[in-house]
Amino acid sequence: MAFDSFTDFVAMGGYGLYVWLSFFLSFVVLAGVALETLLAKRQLAKKSKQLQQRQERLARRKASRAEVGDGNESKT
Amino acid sequence: MWRWLHPYAKPEATYHLLQKLLPWFVALTLVTLVTGVIWGLAFAPGDYQQGDSYRIIFLHVPSAIFSMGAYMGMAIMGAIALIWQIKTAEWSIPAIAPVGAALTVVALLTGAIWGKPMWGTWWVWDARLTSELILLFLYVGVMALYFAFDDARTGAKAAAILSLVGVINLPIIHFSVEWWNTLHQGATITKFERPSIATSMLIPLLICLAGFAFLTVSLVMMRLKNEILRHELHRPWAQQRLEQD
Repeated sequence: MAFDSFTDFVAMGGYGLYVWLSFFLSFVVLAGVALETLLAKRQLAKKSKQLQQRQERLARRKASRAEVGDGNESKT
Repeated sequence: MWRWLHPYAKPEATYHLLQKLLPWFVALTLVTLVTGVIWGLAFAPGDYQQGDSYRIIFLHVPSAIFSMGAYMGMAIMGAIALIWQIKTAEWSIPAIAPVGAALTVVALLTGAIWGKPMWGTWWVWDARLTSELILLFLYVGVMALYFAFDDARTGAKAAAILSLVGVINLPIIHFSVEWWNTLHQGATITKFERPSIATSMLIPLLICLAGFAFLTVSLVMMRLKNEILRHELHRPWAQQRLEQD
């Protein structure tokens, strides 16, 4: 241990403000990037779900149109 | 080697490799970064000239080194994207650039905060500080260029070219403290002679360096996974992946 007490540790030999500010800001910046990345992933999951639902809707519409009949199914 | 490397041109294969490796890198990041920071803050001895203010070194040096390391990685990916037109390499440009920019910001911030008590000023327009600021602008420029085109692949190519041109800035940053007069101190460990730092400070610094290396790689891997999914969103494998996670 380079410090005698916790107060000494916080004081950082009089440079406490500078040391702790630099550690705090670094953490904020780097954690910010990590957080943004995780949120982007969640956003992608949402978008994927929407995409799938749209595909399903389109498929259903196509199927119902085929049921009504447009003259094509008689050939098969 | 090529036979081993070739399947990874397929985004899905790269994704699964990243998926497998990422937890290990995240674990290594946490272990090394926590150990290094606690060691540096509480157990490394104070500096005989700078007192405890020097402890900022445990963030400043690693972030500065990997702000340049990440740029080198991005430029290599840019070259691969231009030469072999591998899509995953193109997508790694927007995966690396924000991480590199964040590291550059950390290096600049910690440098300014360290400069205030030691030099008496937050900022000077000298070669080291200015060239590192240019590195930040390069990162921002690469990102802006990447998204500036309607055609994503044209944007990727433009960004790749800019990232390659910007490599010239890396030796300028590194040697700036030798080539020009500056307030910034010279290299401590990134030189060919013995490191000019006591072992009791060098060990936690090396652990912090490893920590920042793993952090950089982990963040890039996370972002690259996102980029792959973003481009493969219409594919069933990507949709399944997103549902599982």
